[in-house]
Amino acid sequence: MLQDFAFVGIMLIVAVALTGAALLLAWVFRPRKPNPIKSSTYECGVETVGDAWVQFKVQYYIYALVFVLFDIETIFLFPWAVAYGQLPLFAVLEMVLFILILAGALVYAWRKGDLEWV
Amino acid sequence: MNIINDPFTWAAKLIEPWLGGFLPPAGVYWTMVVLRAAVLAIFALVMFMLMTWIERKGVARIQNRLGPNLAGPWGLFQPLADAIKAITKEDITPTDADRLVYNIAPILAAAAAILVYAVIPFGPGLIGADMNVGIFFVLAVGAIGIIGILMAGWGSNNKYALLGAFRVVAQLVSYEVPQVLSVVVVVMLAGSMSMITIVEKQPVWFILVLPIAALISLFSGMAEIGRSPFDLLDAESEIIAGHHIEYSGMKFALFFLGEYVHAFAVSCIIVTLFLGGWRGPNILGLTVPWLWFFVKAVLVFNVMVWARGTLPRLRIDHLMAFNWKFLVPLSLANVIVVALADRLAQALGLAMGTWPWALMLLAFNLALIFAALALVGSSGRRAQQAAESHATPVAETQELAHEEVMTHGAEGAPATVGAH
Repeated sequence: MLQDFAFVGIMLIVAVALTGAALLLAWVFRPRKPNPIKSSTYECGVETVGDAWVQFKVQYYIYALVFVLFDIETIFLFPWAVAYGQLPLFAVLEMVLFILILAGALVYAWRKGDLEWV
Repeated sequence: MNIINDPFTWAAKLIEPWLGGFLPPAGVYWTMVVLRAAVLAIFALVMFMLMTWIERKGVARIQNRLGPNLAGPWGLFQPLADAIKAITKEDITPTDADRLVYNIAPILAAAAAILVYAVIPFGPGLIGADMNVGIFFVLAVGAIGIIGILMAGWGSNNKYALLGAFRVVAQLVSYEVPQVLSVVVVVMLAGSMSMITIVEKQPVWFILVLPIAALISLFSGMAEIGRSPFDLLDAESEIIAGHHIEYSGMKFALFFLGEYVHAFAVSCIIVTLFLGGWRGPNILGLTVPWLWFFVKAVLVFNVMVWARGTLPRLRIDHLMAFNWKFLVPLSLANVIVVALADRLAQALGLAMGTWPWALMLLAFNLALIFAALALVGSSGRRAQQAAESHATPVAETQELAHEEVMTHGAEGAPATVGAH
């Protein structure tokens, strides 16, 4: 098991090295002729007004909250799914109940109108 | 081991004694690990080139064009020409950008996609690492690419890029839920998260047993990689190109690399989970597992190209409504129905992995999908009727002031949406 993760670690290093090599190759061959106009922010042709780093309303934070809810559900679902073949009927019904409770949360968010994109 | 059935094990058997001649056993082991990782990563890059060619040819065919046809036979060398072009293009870093975040983002997006190939089973022993949490690893690492895209959007200091990045997060985070839930169903029946075991547990391909999970997996997979019709992250007509608007040259190419490498990885995962992986009939007495896997994966990729060539881009509120109001409830119901139907089948004495068992689960799946479609259809009709009954008083009271008509219309709109 640890060796599998070691393989993934080595694969990550190889992947970063390969993409880094591509960037290095481009760094060797590419022309360098920057000028202030060229390296200004490209938005619509007119000069850019202000930073993009401003505070603005993130419309979908409710989606993010519901997502966290379901993400935690999956943490419980995966061990259950792996053991599903050996579980007694009681445990299966228990998880069905658990999913129904979460579905209730989804219905609540839905009825409250939080699933509308604003 | 036969060279045609399993060329990589054959090559490994050839290299290992040679390495053993001048390295200690541990050195041989780790050299082989590095070689395996390098072969997989380079395979991913070659697939990137092949997939761009297939996609351009396929979309061209759909649009009644020829597509790339000048570089090499049938334009096969076009990706190489593109690579040379990407290398020789000037690289522009905007003066306002956050240089560190801006430069790391493309590497992260590409490396995360390549990393998924570590657990894809191309054949019985042909896998980077047969982890016992294989499919979970795919879901986790696939999500790292999102961080790369968010970093690109934030680091560019460009309003369109930031808007694109925020949309990506909303979209990808939402579609993660049905994807995970469709994978849970497969894990339930296979009894393992290891990719090899999942394929071994499919004497009957899971697409015949779990058609709903297969479809949800395909849809959410397409949304996860942000391909048309779910390509809101780089909607050219609205936010120009989204997160990669400021990128040029090789860094831009790396984002595309990440997208296509991930697209092929998603095809491979759908093949593993639902299309029986490397399973297929023998050809001339040879099992050729890797060939079957490759053929199936390219076919699934072609379905994605087909969808891209046929469907227009979805609007963002439709996209979110489709996910949260259709896919998520359907996949939740799917988990419950499959869990209970499988228990029922076993109570009736149908063994798992046999045809009667598969047909029973298929029947339950079809019943669920028809019920879901009937429900959507009837609620759609009700919404339409509600909209029409709202529209008539407006038409009758034409003498109303213009603003009043407008407010009335505005009141009618949320009711329509709410009824969905």
